[in-house]
Amino acid sequence: MNALDLARWQFAITTVYHFIFVPITIGSGFLVAGLQTAWYRTNKEKYLRATKFFGKLFLINFAIGVVTGIVQEFQFGMNWSSYSRFVGDIFGAPLAMEGLLAFFLESTFLGLWIFGWDRLSKKAHLATIWIASIGTLVSAYFILAANAFMQHPVGYEFNPDTGRAELKSIVAVLTQNTAVSAFFHTIPSAFLTAGALFAGVAGWMVLKGRDPEAARPVMKTGLIVIVVSFLLVGITGDWSARIMTKQQPMKMAAAEALYETKANAPFSLLTLGTLDGSKAVFQIGIPSVLSFMSTGDFNGTVEGINDLQKSYEEKYGVGDYTPNIPMAYWSFRLMIGFGGLAALFALMTLWYMRKGGLPRSKFYLRSTIALPFLPILANSFGWIFTESARQPWVVFGLFKTADGVSPGVSAGSVLFTMVTFTLLYGVLAVIEFGLMVRTIKVGTDMTPVQSGESKTLTMAY
Amino acid sequence: MSLNSVWFILIAVLWIGYFVLEGFDFGVGILLKVVAKNQAERRAVLTTLGPLWDGNEVWLLVAGGATFAAFPEWYATLFSGFYLPLFLILISLIVRGVAFEYRSKYGKAKWRNSWDNAIVIASFIPALLWGVAFANIVRGVPLEESATGAIEYAGGFFNLLNPYALLGGLTTLSLFVTHGAFFLALKTEGDIRTRSNAIGIKLGLVTAVLAVSFLGWTLAALTSKTSVVTGSLIVVVSWLAALAANYKGREGWAFLFSAITTAFVVITLFFGLYPNVMPNITAGGPGLDIFNASSTQYTLKVMTVVAAVMTPLVLLYQGWTYWVFRKRIHPNQIANPESGVLDSIHA
Repeated sequence: MNALDLARWQFAITTVYHFIFVPITIGSGFLVAGLQTAWYRTNKEKYLRATKFFGKLFLINFAIGVVTGIVQEFQFGMNWSSYSRFVGDIFGAPLAMEGLLAFFLESTFLGLWIFGWDRLSKKAHLATIWIASIGTLVSAYFILAANAFMQHPVGYEFNPDTGRAELKSIVAVLTQNTAVSAFFHTIPSAFLTAGALFAGVAGWMVLKGRDPEAARPVMKTGLIVIVVSFLLVGITGDWSARIMTKQQPMKMAAAEALYETKANAPFSLLTLGTLDGSKAVFQIGIPSVLSFMSTGDFNGTVEGINDLQKSYEEKYGVGDYTPNIPMAYWSFRLMIGFGGLAALFALMTLWYMRKGGLPRSKFYLRSTIALPFLPILANSFGWIFTESARQPWVVFGLFKTADGVSPGVSAGSVLFTMVTFTLLYGVLAVIEFGLMVRTIKVGTDMTPVQSGESKTLTMAY
Repeated sequence: MSLNSVWFILIAVLWIGYFVLEGFDFGVGILLKVVAKNQAERRAVLTTLGPLWDGNEVWLLVAGGATFAAFPEWYATLFSGFYLPLFLILISLIVRGVAFEYRSKYGKAKWRNSWDNAIVIASFIPALLWGVAFANIVRGVPLEESATGAIEYAGGFFNLLNPYALLGGLTTLSLFVTHGAFFLALKTEGDIRTRSNAIGIKLGLVTAVLAVSFLGWTLAALTSKTSVVTGSLIVVVSWLAALAANYKGREGWAFLFSAITTAFVVITLFFGLYPNVMPNITAGGPGLDIFNASSTQYTLKVMTVVAAVMTPLVLLYQGWTYWVFRKRIHPNQIANPESGVLDSIHA
């Protein structure tokens, strides 16, 4: 493997890993804020116990999300210096804005929330978790806008003198539909993820009889959040797919392993292709659904991979413009599949719970613990799809991934850092998971809240 | 003033923010096992950083992001060139952040001790390496123009470990540890406070020797611009003020002056650098300055508006956090210091 392949692996590993924690943080922040608001409004202790307990889970995750995020900010310069030079005039701006508008807000107000229980008024303390949560949304918007530029570059001009892309309209970069649709697709997925974490953990607590008073409302809320979020994710996913078909038709074709251009194109459930991925051997599909997904018309024509490859060669010169088809095809299906499975499970459970009942089988107890992993997998496959099916481009139609790597960094250096990051991330994952499980087992803190002045700090490291 | 100069100043401001703030929290991390002898003291020390360290670290992220936005060529050359030191810093910051959050979850001595060691080492490495990195930037590094016109770093890892840069590293290390001691003296009560004050004065003298040698070397060998001379003098004067305040037991003033000193170390280095951002060590060779490394005027304008609106706001609410958590922490305020929240499962 050369430095390019290794740098791509490093980006994939560190980014997918980072994004395990990001959606949990975004969604959980709001859910914890909701629980605390319930406590603030009703003064019922069960909500306070739930706030503190789920707050702990939220923070264990947040710690890893934060520290792995630093790598993201530096990685472009370290491994992708040619990319950074080429797009820096455009791409750096949303990153810097993210830091100035969002990171400061999140970190400062979350610090206030964690340590401010006995330092702030009840109202001000509640406000801090809401502000920190809003910070996560702002952060998501800017980084998705930066990514949207890579999917569909707008608001720029290529300067032949410098050989760089130059920003012409920041408004275009920040408001293009690729960014907006990605935001409204990603945020509900984050809520789905957090909903699944909360519902899964609370469901286990309810079934095990551990503080069911506090856990049951969380379980129900989590399940409803899953179902509603899944609907929103579906709607905005559909919207995104149409935008994608227009802007990156090759990606849509790859998602479907559609080799030949077709009207009434089917959405396939299973494709077995030749090993080189150049054509399909066997497909099971639902007629016309792909046409509808990508054009909004069941009779619409969807361009196939082979035609697109030809037209790209005419436009961009000789080369391979086809992404890894099996990867695109399967990651797209796994994204939808895992998300759908979580929603189905949530619906089923809500049905059982409709008259104050509960599903009681052993199978259910096990599934509820597995629930949080479903959206996490869906999120990961979603990003694997979006990024891998854009290849060979890093900025679609403008700049190839192969041209973006740092020329001065040796394969050995990238290998060394990649292995170290992977090992460290692996160890952290084990520790993090262990702490989560233990925190869940320990459960809510049932000692009654003390009133009056206390000599000791409510929160200490 | 050109927007390029404005952004040079803003980048300097971000690094000042970063080193003044995370400087003391590196120092606190390094001193953890020296000033805190038992669990209550360790946790009191870490709790002084609790609500602050993450916000402090964001200054680094924003400095990185802003350099990317305003001076992409600088960002690209610096980050790909100083690859291994930056990697070591990243690893340290990852371990440190997680260690703060996780170390007191269990009461087990082995668990806590491992994380404490991690905190000490992961605070030590960046405190040293940031100085090494900045000294190298000021000194100049081997740079070459590539076929595509990019100015790339042309040295190796060991080029960065020259005596001048190492002295720079020791200077920031010693400065940050002292700054951390002054912070702890201001923020704690009891034995930690006494020990921090005593360490502060001793390390303060070491820092004085290191800083004077480092700045003297800078003036003698690299640049003797009036601005650098002035900056160096302010560093020396404010450091003496910090030491005097510490000696007199005026902890607030000692910390304020060590913050000013840290700020002026950064200012002096940026004075020395201006208008370059990454000079070539070989005179006349290709190098990066605020013009050939910068973004277009349009991007700089956009970012100037954003920075002008947001920076005061950030300073305001971050300042408020420091106000909210202004009280000193005494080890006896830590409830059940020996046990962790995950030690036992409630019935």
